[in-house]
Amino acid sequence: MNDREDDEGVSGIAGLSRREFLTVALTAGGGLLLTLNVPSAAGAVEPSGAAGALNPYIRIDPDGTITLVAKNPEIGQGMKTTLPMLIADELDADWSDVRVEQALLDPIYGPQFAGGSLGTPLNWIPMQRVGAAGRQMLLTAAAHTWNVPLDECAAQDSTVRHRPSGRTLGYGALASRAAALPAPDLNTVRLKTPAEYTIIGRFTGGVDSPRVLAGEPLFGIDMSLPDLSYAVYAKSPVFGARLVRANIEELKAQPGVRDAFVLRASQPDAAVRMGLVDGVAIIADKWWDAQKALRKLRAEWEPRSASSQSTHAFALEADRLAHQTPQTVLRRDGDVEAALAHAHKTVSAAYDYPFLAHATLEPQNCTARLGRDGRLEIWAPTQNPAPGAKLVAETLGIDPGKIRVHMTRVGGGFGRRLNNDYMVEAAAIAQHARRPVKLLWNREQDIQHDSYRPGGFHHFTAGLDTEGRLTAFRDHFITFGQNGRVASSADLPRDHFPAGFVPALQYGQSLIELAVPTGPMRNPGGNALAFAFESFLDEVAHAGGRDPLALRLELYGPARVLPAPPPRYGLRIPPFDTGRVRGVLEEVARRSGWANRKRLPAGTGMGLAFYYSHFGYVAEVVQASVAADGVPHVHKVWAAVDVGSQIINPAGAYNQAQGAILDGLGQALHLLVTLDRGRVLQKNLDTYRLLRIEEAPPLEVHFVRSDNPPTGLGEPALPPVLPALCNALFAATGKRIRSLPIDPQHLRSAAA
Amino acid sequence: MQFSILINGERRSVEADPDTPLLWVLRDDLHLSGTKYGCGIAQCGACTVHLDGVAARACVTPIAAVGTAPVITIEGIGTSEWGRKVKAAWLELDVMQCGYCQAGQVMSATALLAKNPRPSDADIDQAMHGNICRCCTYTRIRAAIKHAAGLPTADTREVRS
Repeated sequence: MNDREDDEGVSGIAGLSRREFLTVALTAGGGLLLTLNVPSAAGAVEPSGAAGALNPYIRIDPDGTITLVAKNPEIGQGMKTTLPMLIADELDADWSDVRVEQALLDPIYGPQFAGGSLGTPLNWIPMQRVGAAGRQMLLTAAAHTWNVPLDECAAQDSTVRHRPSGRTLGYGALASRAAALPAPDLNTVRLKTPAEYTIIGRFTGGVDSPRVLAGEPLFGIDMSLPDLSYAVYAKSPVFGARLVRANIEELKAQPGVRDAFVLRASQPDAAVRMGLVDGVAIIADKWWDAQKALRKLRAEWEPRSASSQSTHAFALEADRLAHQTPQTVLRRDGDVEAALAHAHKTVSAAYDYPFLAHATLEPQNCTARLGRDGRLEIWAPTQNPAPGAKLVAETLGIDPGKIRVHMTRVGGGFGRRLNNDYMVEAAAIAQHARRPVKLLWNREQDIQHDSYRPGGFHHFTAGLDTEGRLTAFRDHFITFGQNGRVASSADLPRDHFPAGFVPALQYGQSLIELAVPTGPMRNPGGNALAFAFESFLDEVAHAGGRDPLALRLELYGPARVLPAPPPRYGLRIPPFDTGRVRGVLEEVARRSGWANRKRLPAGTGMGLAFYYSHFGYVAEVVQASVAADGVPHVHKVWAAVDVGSQIINPAGAYNQAQGAILDGLGQALHLLVTLDRGRVLQKNLDTYRLLRIEEAPPLEVHFVRSDNPPTGLGEPALPPVLPALCNALFAATGKRIRSLPIDPQHLRSAAA
Repeated sequence: MQFSILINGERRSVEADPDTPLLWVLRDDLHLSGTKYGCGIAQCGACTVHLDGVAARACVTPIAAVGTAPVITIEGIGTSEWGRKVKAAWLELDVMQCGYCQAGQVMSATALLAKNPRPSDADIDQAMHGNICRCCTYTRIRAAIKHAAGLPTADTREVRS
């Protein structure tokens, strides 16, 4: 079932091997430098900035210190540890000799971003090759030193040993000689077999963790520079409003304030594009002074289209659209109307879910310094630095070659920081103020100026035969659009399950015009669609008198690999494998005791869901009951996860899966952004209610190893928990949750 | 106004308005940026420090209210026995993801264990309720507290029925 061998015989989905090349040079200190160039593979990422600079992945100092460069931003997904582990293993480095350095944004590294759970699939092979090439150079250097055949030398724990004589040389002693050797062809370096791994697969703590716990300044918000000022930037709570006037002189007179001024939107629709919008900048010697001055701001805003937009109005509009023919048919397989007409039984239900904010715990911030030479230096907690630099260059008219972006540690991403609005704001403020500034949003601004996970509405109808089999499926998806196009992360993929697995199916779509920015949030699409589709599938199972597990196994059918979809974003997409679906479904059923669920006490239920996303196969079971006040009580969650043959770092992998499950639980239980006349009503974490420790149930995560290249884990474990919880609540109470977040009122009457 | 406060065993003098939250004095005046800003309204706990040994939210503690109470921050917590154990447990279990909340988590956990060296799950829930982890590392936070206390780390909470 593994057909993912590429032309070079190396499994991997990046498909980059032909275009990789390696360069080698001496460092000033006589060490070894290795650079692997992985050209841009993701269409969303266009590296910019100075080209030609040599940026090493591997540097070995004469004292034996091995410095490995982590190319991608660290947002908590663990890539600053994972990617160097891949290099270090193939390098045969002793992990305790390794220190990790965060790369600058530089095209020499190829795509540098944290998104799409792509860090692992894009870098799994390339990073190993970098390490293997380094090992080969060190072995060759040792062979030359001893004047012995190369194949008599072996590397282990940062040391090369001459097997016949037992002589050894440390990497530090070999580095200078190794660096003078020609670079091996990356496509021909031999990679280890899994049995040879020494670091891959080992529980490895985050490389920054000791420094975080020492309170060292690692995050964007911790940046300091000589003569740094602090900035706040006030924008209209109603999206896209134009600033008419503000009491700038009064603001300037506030204690500690150095300057206050107005900045203008870069373009009329900058708000939905997450660009620079109209606002008032206040600069002070201390952030608290700027923040206090902000409270004195009196601004008059001229609202535009967004001022009519409300959650309530959206619901009414969705209801109106639901009674009409879909504006667009996304997919039509067979004759769904005829199939429904001939069905033994039909089931219809409407589902909806709200807008959500990301609420990264580190609020948006950025530090910028414009030098006298016109060079702009930026320190940004961003997931996606290259488009940020491009946005800054375009908005401020700065030569992209003069922008240097430092990637700080990031206090949570979740997709929020794929957008770089805070970056362009900081740069614009630094440019206008002619001094280095650290822009920091307060929490209220952070929640009220997000790129929101869009809400949505689904009107499903399913047809069942006499055996309870699904014969027809229809969804009228009512979502949000901007200028007639589906808003960011508001789309329904036309191949979304059960498409392709039901003979008659139709996905229709209608749009509600939206003037509020939306964007990707951890598992975009999936975090909402899984709830709707997998809950409705549970309804179908119950309506047909079927076990929800058995219905799913039957729908996906026997184990087989479907034809691979065409490449997307320059990536070879792995084909969908129903055997992997079966694998995780059966594993989670076994672990959770699914077959015995009927023996649970009255009022306690189990729910199941499966979701495929970001190349990962995840099935989850939730056991839950409902308290007398209607509040759901989650007893436990079981997850079975297939992300390929190898868990690179179990420390990070389990943490990602557990965190994603709890993140999803929090969404189901609490999270909601309410729009009212073009603004967001929630302001802080008292009303935007993130999950707390006492609400985090026991979790069991099981990785199912399959013969497939490793893929990412930041996202795939999140979606199934929402429907699995709702399905468990149905099993416990007979009440179906069709709207999120879960309303205890709805469940109260069901509680004993 | 001039304030003299005792931070991590060191007397420091700062010039600030009396209503300035301790958080911003720590971060911007004293450059102790390990204490984090998350919400400013004592909802998330990222700014947790010890005031006289008790966990307190620095974002709503005006500098004028600190008085003579000794302040311990994440930069100084490792010098106490419980602080050292908690940090070691945090690293051993690899608790953190993004890490932004973890200074506050460690401060709350240390305050708990100093008072209650064998906390139950309910004790942990109560003491850690005010510390949000947006990455939801709660499973490991719970385990690391138990590990620091020398208790078994398996999640043995009853699967209630």
